[in-house]
Amino acid sequence: MQRIGVFVCHCGSNIAATVDVSKVVEMAHMEPGVVHAEDYQYMCSEAGQAKIAAAIQEKKLTGMVVCSCSPRMHEATFRKAAERAGLNPYMVEIANIREHCSWIHKDMEEATKKAVILMRAAIAKVNLNAPLQPGESRVTKRALVIGGGIAGIQTAIDIADAGYEVDIVEKTPSIGGRMSQLDKTFPTLDCSACILTPKMVEASAHEKINIYTYSEVEKVSGFVGDFTVDIRKKARSVDMDKCTGCGVCQEKCPSKKAPSEFNRGLNTRSAIYTPFAQAIPNVPVIDREACIKFKTGKCGVCSKVCQAGAIDYEQKDEIVTEKYGAIVVATGFDTINLEKYDEYAYSQSKDVITSLELERVMNAAGPTHGHLERLSDGKAPKEIVFIQCVGSRCSDDRGKPYCSKICCMYTAKHAMLIRDKYPDVNVTVFYIDVRTPGKNFDEFYRRAVEQYGVNYIKGQVGKVIPQPDGKLLVQGSDLLDNKQILKEADMVVLATAIEPNPDVRRIATMLTASIDTNNFLTEAHAKLRPVESPTAGIFLSGVCQGPKDIPETVAQAGAAAVKAIGLLAKDKLLTNPCTAQSDILLCNGCSTCENVCPYGAITYEDKEVNDHGIRETRRIAVVNSALCQGCGACTVACPSGAMDLQGFSNRQIIAEVDAICR
Amino acid sequence: MQELVNRAKELLADGTVARVLGWKAGDLPYNPEPAYFEKAEELVDFVYNGFCGANLSKYMIEASKLEGKTMVCLKPCDTYSFNQLIKEHRVDRDKAYIVGVGCKGKLDIEKIRKQGIKGIELIQGAELTDEADTLKIQTIYGDKTCAYADAMLERCHVCKGKEHMVYDELIGDSNETKDADRFDEVAKLETMSPEEKFAFFQKELSKCIRCNACRNVCPACSCRKCVFDSTKFDSSQKANVDSFEEKMFHIIRAFHVAGRCTDCGECSRVCPQGIPLHLFNRKFIKDIDELYGEYQAGADITSKAPLTNYTFEDAEPSIVGKRG
Repeated sequence: MQRIGVFVCHCGSNIAATVDVSKVVEMAHMEPGVVHAEDYQYMCSEAGQAKIAAAIQEKKLTGMVVCSCSPRMHEATFRKAAERAGLNPYMVEIANIREHCSWIHKDMEEATKKAVILMRAAIAKVNLNAPLQPGESRVTKRALVIGGGIAGIQTAIDIADAGYEVDIVEKTPSIGGRMSQLDKTFPTLDCSACILTPKMVEASAHEKINIYTYSEVEKVSGFVGDFTVDIRKKARSVDMDKCTGCGVCQEKCPSKKAPSEFNRGLNTRSAIYTPFAQAIPNVPVIDREACIKFKTGKCGVCSKVCQAGAIDYEQKDEIVTEKYGAIVVATGFDTINLEKYDEYAYSQSKDVITSLELERVMNAAGPTHGHLERLSDGKAPKEIVFIQCVGSRCSDDRGKPYCSKICCMYTAKHAMLIRDKYPDVNVTVFYIDVRTPGKNFDEFYRRAVEQYGVNYIKGQVGKVIPQPDGKLLVQGSDLLDNKQILKEADMVVLATAIEPNPDVRRIATMLTASIDTNNFLTEAHAKLRPVESPTAGIFLSGVCQGPKDIPETVAQAGAAAVKAIGLLAKDKLLTNPCTAQSDILLCNGCSTCENVCPYGAITYEDKEVNDHGIRETRRIAVVNSALCQGCGACTVACPSGAMDLQGFSNRQIIAEVDAICR
Repeated sequence: MQELVNRAKELLADGTVARVLGWKAGDLPYNPEPAYFEKAEELVDFVYNGFCGANLSKYMIEASKLEGKTMVCLKPCDTYSFNQLIKEHRVDRDKAYIVGVGCKGKLDIEKIRKQGIKGIELIQGAELTDEADTLKIQTIYGDKTCAYADAMLERCHVCKGKEHMVYDELIGDSNETKDADRFDEVAKLETMSPEEKFAFFQKELSKCIRCNACRNVCPACSCRKCVFDSTKFDSSQKANVDSFEEKMFHIIRAFHVAGRCTDCGECSRVCPQGIPLHLFNRKFIKDIDELYGEYQAGADITSKAPLTNYTFEDAEPSIVGKRG
């Protein structure tokens, strides 16, 4: 029989105001195995922990239950306290009577009853607990960064500067990401390329950084400190070592009709291309879908003009397998598809464009060489309407429920730049709210209104109707003046919502990192662990975690790097002893557990068994405890109950349920 | 049947197989039972007729451990179970010589009895080779007849088809017997209110005497030790704590075979209390089909089962939750 101590925390008034803690203590004394019970204002404080230590020693406790906040908050605290007092840390159970009880209930009597039940379940579990010992695993001192935008670049540079090897995997032919597509950046209006390019060069020249462009992560196995990753290097059809980046192939390529991804499809590029002038590496790729040689077998112009002999039509995808200790996800974002917002006539008129397209129009390297003009007829616009929150802050399922966060600021930027360069152009912005929290942000917005005379109208646009004369009729409302507005515009710019890169679902699945309903990666704790995934060894950088602007992205990228460095600096990690084991007498060898194991921790061996006198060779599941993360998927999938999780055994779970139903 | 016996003799004689797994006559004309035959002369007892409903694939778990191959007679529907057992590494394909036997629908003695035919001494027309669509039944009360189709097991009315999913050779032809949709009954249950459903299952499951016949016959219930027989989980006493005491047993069993059940119908066939146990399994199959795309357990040995596989198209848990 265990000797169990129960410690009930008031959490100030957080628990004590709703749960009668002295009643919980009183009831604890009536539970089997309980030899000590007390309550205290803050169990997690020094004084509270001293009380726990004293009770462990004086009452010779073999197990303990803390009735307090979520185990995600203080389980580690209480385990350490127990360990210092000589109790195995895995003999500690938490009954969450705060988040699961006091915070969500109002009636004291009912809440107290529930707190007692939660405590009973924890006591029932502790009665079946056994001391566990963590093992050790090694740390591979190399990091992988998935995504080569500003987030990935910054994280890689920071990790590399700390002395660790970093690989960046970038899907497109060049690093640079979305930031490379931007013209100017708020709130300082400096040129995006001017501040990004040096970072790209720094990453590429860094001796500790290795960049895989035109590559994708294909498979991830292993666990924190010891991931094994397969990277698919897509066939570039150009030899990276031979190419000098002279660009002649791109000039001579006869196939020039492929839409330019970099310019958002507003113009075309050649079949052999580098996405933009400052691309790193400055080595083109052949788009095999557009290439005449690949389509018809005839052509081969690029190969003929290439002095370096770098063109290789036979090149094949290559799989590189590498080991990493830490993985940082920096997969960024894209703008949403506007299919469901056809009232804004995006598909009907070339003069209705997204803000990201406007960035390209305003950019000297863009489709109009930086001249502001209508894409339909090349004429200079006189009236431009900006529509905010297209797909953001949306209450139905057409768009996104969240605020995309960057649109208010970039729209102010666009409006200001247009008014500065083309003072004769009228700029109107329809908005729901203008949100400018950030250093020098509101000042920036006010400059647009006060100094540059941008016309801000609080209200939403219902419809944009293309007119026969090529103009766009904008139907909106002015909520402050309470009137309907009909406005003719030459161009309409949509502040389109951003969403995580669609690839993130695939990547999150490979990494077993969780994502929320909007496909943003979930952080381990929204406030206290914002750059870590709940999956150990996976860190989050940039917009993959939530909408953010460049300064925030860079700050978070640095934070993710620090967390990764903290992991890589360790030589060994303690492993979680709560791993699965299979009972050789119960195992059917049916492979169900192997099918559901997300970590590839289960294999099968033919083992000699002696089942009550029957000796035979059986196919038995074997768990690699170094790979097992204790998720428990196998234990619920196993039809015979042969799989059991240490620290969360089937018996313990049923004992908890029984205690609750008692 | 004679063709089967002749082939069995050949296979035993040339050493291809060490034994034959089939059926032998029981003590009544309508209850043949599964049997092993190790010598040619034992085959005089071999029968194969409309009452040989028993699915022999589960016997191959033990037969796989014996020396030499076993010739096993499998009907088209039985082969799904056999495939599922291969997939779960419970039978050894190399230890089986599968003779896919023809089937024209298996008979349910209860259905014959329900027509008031009692005191049965002899039944004619149940042989695979019989052309007649009527059974001639000699009873102590005189001769009676019964349409073959009216005496068929429920599962044959929703037959999965004449094709054998796995076999080494085929003997005998099969009939198309399907004349109903297998999810009709489940769909009817789904329209009931929770109270009506509860009342329905309470009424049915209250008949259970916990003889374990359903579990013992079920090819998916192939665990070396059932959780209900194990002292390790305290689940044995979970079986009977409620007003209709065996519900937990049947519900837990249905969960354990979910996604693995081929809908062979053996559970309902063997239930001495006539509980329509297959409805639990069919509800799971219907849900799996609707949520994850159509899936037939045992149709092959390589596909991934929807409940133990993950794809991006999988229904979100919230959707599964909302359906109840």
